[in-house]
Amino acid sequence: MRSIIKTPLAVLAATTMLSGMAMADGHGLTGDLRIFSDMSNPAPRAIMEGLVEEFGELHPGLEIELTVVDREAWKTQIRNALTANPPDVVNWYAANRMGPYVDAGLFMDITDMWDAGDFAGLESVRGAMTIDDRQWGVPYTYYQWGIYYREDIFNELGLSEPTTFEEEIANCQVIVDSGRSCYTIGSRYLWTAGGWFDYLNMRTNGFDFHMELARGEVAWTDERVRETFANWRRLIDMGAFIDDHQTYSWQEALPFFVNGEATAYLMGNFVVPHLREAGLSDDQIDFYQFPAIVEGMPMGEDAPTDTFHIPSGAQNVAAAQEFLRFVTSADVQARINGPDGLGQLPVNANAEVADDEFIQQGFEMLSQNATGGIAQFFDRDWPAEMASIGMEGLQEFMVFPDNLDDILERLEDARQRIYE
Amino acid sequence: MTPATDTRSWLQKNRMTVTPLLFLLPGLLFFVVYVISPIFQSFNISLYDWDGLGEATYIGLDNYRELVDDRAFETSLWNNLKWLALYLLAIPAGLFIALFLNQTVTGIRLYKSLFFFPFVLSQVVVGLVFSWFYLPRVGLLNAVLTFFGLDSINVLGDPDLATYGIIAAGLWPQTAYCMILYLTGLNAVDPEQIEAGRLDGAKGWKMLWHVVLPQLKPATFIAFVVTIIGALRSFDLISIMTNGGPFGSTRVLSFMMFEQALSEYGFRMGYGSAIAVVLFLIMLVFIGYFLWQMWRDERAARH
Repeated sequence: MRSIIKTPLAVLAATTMLSGMAMADGHGLTGDLRIFSDMSNPAPRAIMEGLVEEFGELHPGLEIELTVVDREAWKTQIRNALTANPPDVVNWYAANRMGPYVDAGLFMDITDMWDAGDFAGLESVRGAMTIDDRQWGVPYTYYQWGIYYREDIFNELGLSEPTTFEEEIANCQVIVDSGRSCYTIGSRYLWTAGGWFDYLNMRTNGFDFHMELARGEVAWTDERVRETFANWRRLIDMGAFIDDHQTYSWQEALPFFVNGEATAYLMGNFVVPHLREAGLSDDQIDFYQFPAIVEGMPMGEDAPTDTFHIPSGAQNVAAAQEFLRFVTSADVQARINGPDGLGQLPVNANAEVADDEFIQQGFEMLSQNATGGIAQFFDRDWPAEMASIGMEGLQEFMVFPDNLDDILERLEDARQRIYE
Repeated sequence: MTPATDTRSWLQKNRMTVTPLLFLLPGLLFFVVYVISPIFQSFNISLYDWDGLGEATYIGLDNYRELVDDRAFETSLWNNLKWLALYLLAIPAGLFIALFLNQTVTGIRLYKSLFFFPFVLSQVVVGLVFSWFYLPRVGLLNAVLTFFGLDSINVLGDPDLATYGIIAAGLWPQTAYCMILYLTGLNAVDPEQIEAGRLDGAKGWKMLWHVVLPQLKPATFIAFVVTIIGALRSFDLISIMTNGGPFGSTRVLSFMMFEQALSEYGFRMGYGSAIAVVLFLIMLVFIGYFLWQMWRDERAARH
C-alpha cells in the first residue's frame, strides 16, 4: 500500500512545482470536494469509490462527497448537474460530446494545466480533449474496437485472421456456407451500426475523410460515401449479418456469438467480460483489427475515451485540479485500468498495460497500427443531432439496403440544417 | 326594542364564500404553477432555438416551419392517428367482456380479477411481456405460427407492423380498464327496465342497443375519455418495446418530443416544445369536446 501511494505523491510534488501553483504541497487542500460520477456499473463503481478513498487519505483535510449516477441517466442529468449548484468534478465523454457544455461555458478550460505539463504521458490523447484549440478535461480510460471472433470455429473451418477486405469476404463466404452468419449485431439502439460505418468508411476513404464527414465538410451524397455503403452492401447481400438485428440490443445479440451461430462481433473491448461470463474460454475467442480495404491506406481506429471535467461553477477548483492530476498519473492509471479494474487501456503512456490477451492486443494495435488516427465513435465524433439521425439511417440501410438514395438525401438535408 | 346590529366580523359574514375559496387555494396554486404556467412556457420556448444550456435565440415560427417538412413528424402524426383509432377498440371489447362476465356463476369473482389483471400491471411489464411474445425466433407468436406451418414474422422489427404490434399490447390493459368501467356500470342498470323491455319482446342485440347501452352512457363516456387520453399518452410502451424504431417508424408525438428535447441526443428545447404545442392542440380538441359534453349533461340533469 505504501509504495502505491509514494509514486503519485512524487509525481504530484513535481507537477505542482512545474505548474507553479499557489499550493506548496499536496497536503494543503481543504474544504469540500464534490464529485459526480457516472461509473455506476459494479466494477467501475468499486474503482471510483477506491479512488475517492485513496485521494482522501492523501489529503486528510478534504471532505470528499461522491455521488454515483446511473450511467445512462447521467447522459441527460448532466445538464441539470452542471447548471444548478455544480459539483467540482464530473464524468463525461471526449470529443464532440463535450461540445454543448463547452459552448455553453459549463466546462472549465484547463489548457494551462496541459501546457504546464501536469498531465505527463497523456500527450497522445490531448487531441480528443481539444475543442477550439483549448483543453476541457482529462481522459481516464479508453478501449479499442475491433473484430472479436470465435477462434475455435475459425480453426474448424480452416480460416485465419484476414488482413484485407477480400480475405474477410472469402472467410465470410466459407462461414455462410457452413450455415452460420459471419457477424452478430444488435442494432436496436442504433449505435452498433455506427461502429460498422466508422470502420468501413475509415477503411474505404481514410481517417481524414471520415473526420471531414463528421465535421460536416463533405456531403452525405458524395460519391466516396456511396463507395463505403457499396462495400457494406457486399456484406449485407451475402447474408453476413444475423437476421432481425433491428430487434436486438447489443447484449441480446451476444447469444448468437456464444452459441456459434455467428462467428464474429465488431465491438468494443467491453464485450470480453460478457463473453467470458457466458462460458467462452480465451482459446475460443480472439481479436483482430478491422482489415484494410484500400491497400496501403493508414488504419484509423475507434477508441472511445471516457473523461473527467471540472465544471466552470466548481467551488473547490484547487482540489478538483489535484484530483485530475491524481487520476491521470501513471500509477493510478495502471491500477484502475488493470484486469481487476476496468479491464481497459490506460491513457497514460507511462502506465503499465494489464497482462490480458485482449488489452495487450488492443494496446499494440492502437500504438503501432493506428497511424491513420484515432476516432472516438460515430455518436461522439458527430454532433449529437446528426449522430442520432445518421445512426437511424444506418440501421435502415442494414435492413433495406435498397433505400440508400433516400437515406443519403435525408442525411444530407439534416447536414445542411445542422452545421449551417 | 332596539334593532339588532350585526356585530359579526367581515370574515364571519362572508364565511360561506371564503371557506371554499380557502380550500381551493392550495390546489389552484399548484395547478397554476405546475400545469398552467408550463403550458405557456412551452408556447414561449417553441419560438426559440435553445439547447437548454446556452443563450436562446428568438426564431419566430421557424420551428413550426421545420415541423411541416420533417418526415419524422409526419410519421409520428400518422402513428398518433393510428393509436387514436385502434385504441378505441378497447371500448367495445371491454363492453363485451363485461357483459360476458356479468353473470352469477361460481368463481365469477376469480374470473373477473383475472380479466382485470393486465390493468394492474405496469406498462413497462406489459411492454416487456409483449416484446418477448413477438421475439423473432423464440417468441410464442412465432412458435405458434411455425407450428401451423406459417412463416415467422418479426413484428417489432418490421416498420409496417411495429406500430400495430405496440397498439395490440396497449389494448390488453386498456380493454381491462374499460371492462371494469362497464362492470360497475352494469351494476347500476335498472332490472325493471330490462324486465319491461323483455315484456315488449326485446332481446339480444335489440335489448343491448335500446335498453342496456343508454343506461351505460356515463360508463361509455368515461371509457372514451380515458382511452383517448391513454392513446395520446402512449409513451412507455413505445419506449420499452421499440425505442421508436425500427428507424423511427413507431414514434408518436410524445416520444418524438422526448427524443428531440430530453433524450441522450436531444438538445433542441425549442423544437421539442413546438411538438409539445402541437400535441397540446390535438388534445385540446378532445378536452374541449369532453368539457362541452359534461357541461351539457349537467345542464340536462338540472332541468
